[in-house]
Amino acid sequence: MTAMLPVLRERGQREVFCGLTGIVWLHRKIQDAFFLVVGSRTCAHLLQSAAGVMIFAEPRFATAIIEERDLAGLADANAELDSVVDRLLARRPEIKLLFLVGSCPSEVIKLDLSRAAARLDARHPATRVLNYSGSGIETTFTQGEDACLAALVPQMGATDAASLLVVGALPDVVEDQFRRTFAELGIPTVFALPPRRAADLPPVGPNTRFLLAQPFLGDTAAALADRGAVHLPALFPFGVEGTTAWLRAAAAAFELDEAHFARVVAPGRERAARAIARHRDRLAGKRIFFFPDSQLEVPLARFLAAELGMVPVEVGTPYLHRAHLAHELAALPAGTQISEGQDVDRQLDRVKAARPDLAVCGLGLANPLERLGIATKWSIELVFTPVHGFDQAGDLAELFARPLARRDRLTVSPCS
Amino acid sequence: MQLTVWTYEGPPHVGAMRVATAMKDVHFVLHAPQGDTYADLLFTMIERRDHRPPVTYTTFQARDLGTDTALLLQDAIRDAYDRFQPQALLVGASCTAELIQDDPGGVAKALGLPVPVIPLELPSYQRKEGWGAAETFYALVRALADPAATPAPREGRRPRVNLLGATALGFRHRDDVVEVTRLLGLMGVDVAVTAPLGASSADLARLGEADANIVLYPETGDTAARWLEKTFRTPTIRTVPIGHGATVEFVHEVATVLGVDPAPALAAGSRLPWYSASVDSTYLTGKRVFVFGDATHAVAMARVAADEIGFEVVGLGAYNREGAREVRAAAAKYNVEPLITDDYLAVEAAIAAASPELVLGSQMERHIAKRLRIPCAVISAPVHVQDFPARYSPVMGFEGANVLFDTLVHPLTMGLEEHLLAMFRDDFEFHDGAAASHLGASTLPPAGGVEGGDRRGKASSPTPPPPAPPASGRGVAVAANDPAWTTEAEKELGKIPFFVRGKARRNTEKFAAERGLAAIDLDTLYEAKSHYAR
Ligand code: SF4
Ligand code: SF4
Repeated sequence: MTAMLPVLRERGQREVFCGLTGIVWLHRKIQDAFFLVVGSRTCAHLLQSAAGVMIFAEPRFATAIIEERDLAGLADANAELDSVVDRLLARRPEIKLLFLVGSCPSEVIKLDLSRAAARLDARHPATRVLNYSGSGIETTFTQGEDACLAALVPQMGATDAASLLVVGALPDVVEDQFRRTFAELGIPTVFALPPRRAADLPPVGPNTRFLLAQPFLGDTAAALADRGAVHLPALFPFGVEGTTAWLRAAAAAFELDEAHFARVVAPGRERAARAIARHRDRLAGKRIFFFPDSQLEVPLARFLAAELGMVPVEVGTPYLHRAHLAHELAALPAGTQISEGQDVDRQLDRVKAARPDLAVCGLGLANPLERLGIATKWSIELVFTPVHGFDQAGDLAELFARPLARRDRLTVSPCS
Repeated sequence: MQLTVWTYEGPPHVGAMRVATAMKDVHFVLHAPQGDTYADLLFTMIERRDHRPPVTYTTFQARDLGTDTALLLQDAIRDAYDRFQPQALLVGASCTAELIQDDPGGVAKALGLPVPVIPLELPSYQRKEGWGAAETFYALVRALADPAATPAPREGRRPRVNLLGATALGFRHRDDVVEVTRLLGLMGVDVAVTAPLGASSADLARLGEADANIVLYPETGDTAARWLEKTFRTPTIRTVPIGHGATVEFVHEVATVLGVDPAPALAAGSRLPWYSASVDSTYLTGKRVFVFGDATHAVAMARVAADEIGFEVVGLGAYNREGAREVRAAAAKYNVEPLITDDYLAVEAAIAAASPELVLGSQMERHIAKRLRIPCAVISAPVHVQDFPARYSPVMGFEGANVLFDTLVHPLTMGLEEHLLAMFRDDFEFHDGAAASHLGASTLPPAGGVEGGDRRGKASSPTPPPPAPPASGRGVAVAANDPAWTTEAEKELGKIPFFVRGKARRNTEKFAAERGLAAIDLDTLYEAKSHYAR
C-alpha cells in the first residue's frame, strides 16, 4: 500500500525544531520531573523561544550552559555538572525525577551523560536521574518525547499481569477521558506512559498490550517490545474513525464483544461527528499542504481528507515510520504526495506553485507564507493543544478552520 | 557551566542574524544543526517580518559528522549564493559547528564567489547576542567601506551623517531612526546612511563620505563607529537622545560638531517638561522606580525617571557586562547598588527586595513585576511582539520624550484620580482593590492559580501571554523575624491613603525592628510617624 503513494525524499536545509522542544510539554505532564539541558546558550534560547511565554519564575527546566573552560577539560565538565545538579536539587527538593538532556554541543564534545546520570543517581538517593538526547543532530522536534519515554522504559518494573498501556504524553483531560472509556469497555488495568508522577511509573511485561497515542514514538515502542510488551497497531486517535479504530484495537486485544464495544463508543462517535460537521462546509474541497514538522502530518492529513473532505496537496514529514503509519498511509486518498525529510527552499517553491488554501508549518515560515496570501496553521499548536479522541475532534477541526474563517471576516488585506 | 533559567540575550549568531536581517542584500550562511532554525521565528513572529531572515542553515546531522560536514557547508554556500544572489555573503558557525571546526570562512573563500565573503568569528562559549551583532556589523563595515571615500567639500551642501547601530529585533529602532532623521532635518542635516537597518552593501561602501557618525545604539554600533573614526577620522556623536534633556544635549552636540544652528530643532521641543510641571503630576513625586535593561536604555531611562518625571530611582542595572561602567557611574549618582547580571532570578530577588512602585525593564522584568503585582513599563530589549506597536512610537528625540512620559506614567494611578480613590476608599460602593479607570482589569490582582494549575493549553507562541498566575510566594523575600502588626494597628494603617501606605508600613516596620519590638501597636505606628517626620 505504501508503494502506491509517491514519496519524495528530500535532503537539504531543514526548518524544524530539535528534540529539546518536547521539554515544553513533557515538564507539564510529569509534574515532579525536572529537565536539565546540558548545552549552549542557543539551547537555552531555543527553549525560551519555543515556550514563548514565561509563566513561571522557576520552571522545571533549565540549561547548564557549557562555557569555554568546560571545553578545556572534560573531567572538569563532569565536576561542573555535578555541582550544578547538587545546587539544583538542594534548591528544588520536590524534584523526584531529573532528566539530563543531551544537546548537540554535549554530544559533539562526547560528554557522556549516561555515565553522569548513573553517577548522580547514586549521589542523590531521593531523586532518580536519567538521561536522553534532545539534540538537533539526533532528534527532530517530537522525537525528543520519544527519546525521553524510551529512557523511562528500562526503569519500569516487571510484571506478568495483563494490562493496557497508553503511550505518549496526552493532556490530563484527554488521558482521563480515555481511562473512562476503557473502564466502560471493561479493560480493568490501564496505565499511561509517561505517568503524572515519577513514582507512578507503570510496570511492563509479556502481558502488556500497548497503544501508541502519537505516531512519533518508534524508539519507545521498540524498547517496550524488548520488555515483552505487544504493540496494538491502529489508526491514531484523531477524529471519529481514528479514535474508533484505536479504541477497537484495545477492545479486540482484550477480546471484548463487538456489540458491547459499539454500544460504548456510540455516544462519543455521535458527539465527535456533530462537532466535526460544523466545520465541514468551510474545509471541504480546500487544499492543504503540510510542511514536515511534528510527524503528526500523515494521521492529520488522513483525518482531514476522510472526515472533512480536504484535499492534501503535499504531506511532508521529517521521518516516515512506515510500520507505525501503515494503517494511516492506506487510508490516505490515492496518489497523495508524501515527502520525507526537507529542503525548505525547494519546498517553498512547491508551495508557491501549488498555492494551497492552507499550509501547516512552523512559526518561522508562517508570516512569510501569509504575506504570499497563503493561510497558515502553526504545527506547534497541534502538540500543545488537546486534539486526541472523540471529544477533541471538533477542536481539532476548528484549528484548521479558524485561519480560513478569519480570512472570511476581514475586509482588509495586506496583499491588495 | 552556568545554570540558566531564562536568558536576556541569545547566542552571538543571533546577533549576526539581527544585522543580516536588517540589511537589504546580505545573506548569511550559518553552519548549524536543524534546531537552530528556531531563530527565524524571532523575526517572523516577534517582529512580524513578512519575509524569512536571509539565513541559510546547513542543518547537519549526527550521521554527517566526521564525514562530510564541510562538503555540506560548501554546497549550502553555493546554493545560497545561486538562489539569493546577495551582494555580500556572511558565513559563520553556531555553537555546535564551532566545535567541529569546519572553517566556514576558508570553505567559502575556496568557492571563489564573485561577491565579498565575510567570515564571522562568533565565540559562542564566551560571548552573547549583543556582542555578536556589534562584531558582525563591524566585520561588514570593515569589509565593505570604500577606503577611498571622503566627504565632499562642505561648500554649497548640507552636512551629512551616518546613523549607526539600528538592527532588526531592536527595541523601537524602527521609529527611533525616523525620529532622529526628522530632528536632524530640522537642523539642516541629512542622513547619508542608516546602518545596518535598511542599508545595502553599497550604502556601507560610502560610509566614509559622511561628516560625522552618530551612534544611536552603542551595544551594536560602537565597535564599527570606533573603526570608522580611526580609519576615516570621522568625528563621532555619542550622546544617545533618549529623554528631553538628553535630546537637547544631542542637538547641541550635533550643532557643535557640524557647525549648524541648534535653534530650529530645539524649538520643536517635547511636551514632557510641561506635563511634568502640570499639577496632576505632583503625585508622581518620589515614586520608587526600579530600572533594568540593556545598559544604554537603563541609564537613559533612569535619568528620565529621576530628572524629568521626579521619581526616585531605587534600583538600576543592566544585563550586558559591556555597559557596566556606564551603569556603575549612573548608579552612584542615584546612590543605589548597580546590578550587573544576566541571572534572571537575581534580578527578581533584587526587585522584590527593593519593593518599588514601578518597574522599568524588559519583557523579562514585566513578568517579574506581574508576579510581584507591581506596575511595569517595558523600556528595553529583549523584545516581545508587544514591543512592535503598529503606531509610531519612538523613544528617541522629542517625540520619544513624549512617548516616554506616557509610557512611564500610564502604569501608575494618576493624579486627581488617585486622590479620589483615596477619598472614597471607605465608601460602601467602592473597594480598595479598584484600579484607576484608564488601567484595565488586568492590573487587578489575578484570581489565584499557581504553577500546577497550568493546562497543557495555549501556552505555545510568542503572542501576548495570558495573565500570569502569581508564583506561590516564592522569590519574595520575607524576613523571618518581622515584627507582627496588632489588629488595631493594621486597621489604622488601612485608614492611611494607600498611595503612602506602603511607605508607612515599611517605615514603621523598620522603626520597630531597629528597636527590637516584637509587635506593632497603635503607639508604634504613631511614634514611627513622628520619628520619620523629623
Ligand atoms: S539544535 Fe542542538 S544546539 Fe541547537 S538548540 Fe537544539 S540541541 Fe541546542
Ligand atoms: S484616569 Fe481619569 S483621572 Fe486619571 S488621568 Fe485619566 S482621566 Fe484623569
